[in-house]
Amino acid sequence: MTKQGVEPDDFSQPFWDAANEKRLVIQNCVGCDRLQHPPTNTCRDCDDGGPLEWKQVSGRGTIYNYGVVHDCPVRLLQQDQPFNLAIIMLDDDPGIQMYSHLPGVAVDEVPVGAAVEVIFEPSANGQLVPEWRVIAD
Amino acid sequence: MTTPTAPDAMYRNDEGLGIWEHRGKVAAVGVGHAPTSRRWDGRPETCVGAITIDALRKAIDDAGVPPDQIDGLVVVPVTTTGAFWEAGKPLPMDVIQSFQQTDDPLDGIAKLSAEWLLANMPELTNVKFTMYGPGCMSNALNVTAQAVGDGLTHTCLVVKSWHNFEGRYYQGGANAGDALPGTPAITQLWGGPASYSTALQFAEYCRKYGKTHDMMAPFMENSRRNGLRFPEGYWAQHRPEELGPEDYLASRWIAKPANLFDNDIPIMMSGAYLFSTAERAQDMKQPPVYILNHASSNTRPRSLVPTLDEVEADTARTGRKIYEGAGITADDLSFENMYDGFSLFHQFHLEGLGYRGIGFGDALDFYQTDISIEGPNPVSPSGGNVGSGRSRVWMHTDCIQQLQGRAGARQVTGVKPEVGVSGGPMPLGGNYTVWSASPD
Repeated sequence: MTKQGVEPDDFSQPFWDAANEKRLVIQNCVGCDRLQHPPTNTCRDCDDGGPLEWKQVSGRGTIYNYGVVHDCPVRLLQQDQPFNLAIIMLDDDPGIQMYSHLPGVAVDEVPVGAAVEVIFEPSANGQLVPEWRVIAD
Repeated sequence: MTTPTAPDAMYRNDEGLGIWEHRGKVAAVGVGHAPTSRRWDGRPETCVGAITIDALRKAIDDAGVPPDQIDGLVVVPVTTTGAFWEAGKPLPMDVIQSFQQTDDPLDGIAKLSAEWLLANMPELTNVKFTMYGPGCMSNALNVTAQAVGDGLTHTCLVVKSWHNFEGRYYQGGANAGDALPGTPAITQLWGGPASYSTALQFAEYCRKYGKTHDMMAPFMENSRRNGLRFPEGYWAQHRPEELGPEDYLASRWIAKPANLFDNDIPIMMSGAYLFSTAERAQDMKQPPVYILNHASSNTRPRSLVPTLDEVEADTARTGRKIYEGAGITADDLSFENMYDGFSLFHQFHLEGLGYRGIGFGDALDFYQTDISIEGPNPVSPSGGNVGSGRSRVWMHTDCIQQLQGRAGARQVTGVKPEVGVSGGPMPLGGNYTVWSASPD
């Protein structure tokens, strides 16, 4: 599946630069040493709002949950319907979630609880995007 | 006069606040609804501003209050169902020129300001208080109840309207493009429909408690049945079709396990109420329905989508806040009208309330029992969004009408209508109102 292209902005540039280097970074509050995703301008837990950094994580996780998308609002993805859309919990912090189309997993045959690892796939404009694949036993 | 958005201090977000200080001292009296339609047909008399004026005038008339006695107006300024006026699309000048326009040419067409309404309702000569309740009617009701209780207004209109244009739901704008800006791309490249998050929570719920999607069918059938008895609603007005288990279960998936009917149908609509002090309400045309409490949840999930644990913790917390401020228990509820658009989260609200003693994981079994308006355990007597289309308003109208004894063919008969609760939208993040036929 080819996702929409990405046009990094100042805020998101470190995330996308890391993806192009095949590294996964997640926003982290230096003050409370807590990851947060989606990224925001301030720490959600610290009264003073930060400071924030981009922290490289292991790229390992677990499939927490999934649905099967049959009616997608994004034009570029509609040709691939139906498709899996899963939530990955990071091993570094299971409270942090990321989306995945789970490339290589048959539609609606998602092994909830299975271990996954991050991979990087090119989007429509070549920007690499984090994705996840099931780790073979 | 510039209309402010309601400050945080007007909401009751926390546990431990005790009985609401204005319990039983604020009342809803008048109800007004404009006719519904699937989409705007482009005519001035059917634009979102025009139907809002229609609903407001009906609420005023229903309450029997001279317009010059109204001193407050609470408005939900956002009216979109997911349809936006596309950039570069020519403005409908014939519509704009039919009204007293504000500086924003799309005011009254794709959004709504208090200033636009007051400019186009010259009979409202004494409105001194205006405020925005963002999001949906549930929020605006909390603001209105608190404003009347605090003495900021004594006779106040509150209105929520929706516009719906041509085109598929949420399929324009950025979703139609070849690329996304980097920040939204971090979460939006994967293409989940609006009901995706709820579908996930429902899937986890089914796994945890051993339930299945087909167990939703009795709830869906009951909701449509009630909706077809709601003459103000979309299905009753335009498509008087029952929704039996076969039709429900055969419908196409949107985001499995959410199917087409689990997603409410976007429509054009407007609903309005007239609130007043309990004292003034005594002299109005309809019986007062007293507000025992309002409560809110502003909880956010830790990450992308709320987990079932987060949902259950927050709905339970919301239930405690609702009861604490109203000075009631679950046993005092005659009926419930919690939000249902998407249908797959209604059970979270029910379980958080402990409605009829049910706990987490019980609601789908409860749906297999008698949940009709004729029985002892009415569920969603309004029919909600499932029964009447997307508005987030039916649940409130029904609470008022049930307690006034004028819900018509929807009137609950298996219980005496004394106390009802409504609100939403989402299990995490919502606003709730407790309604009562009596101030005590």
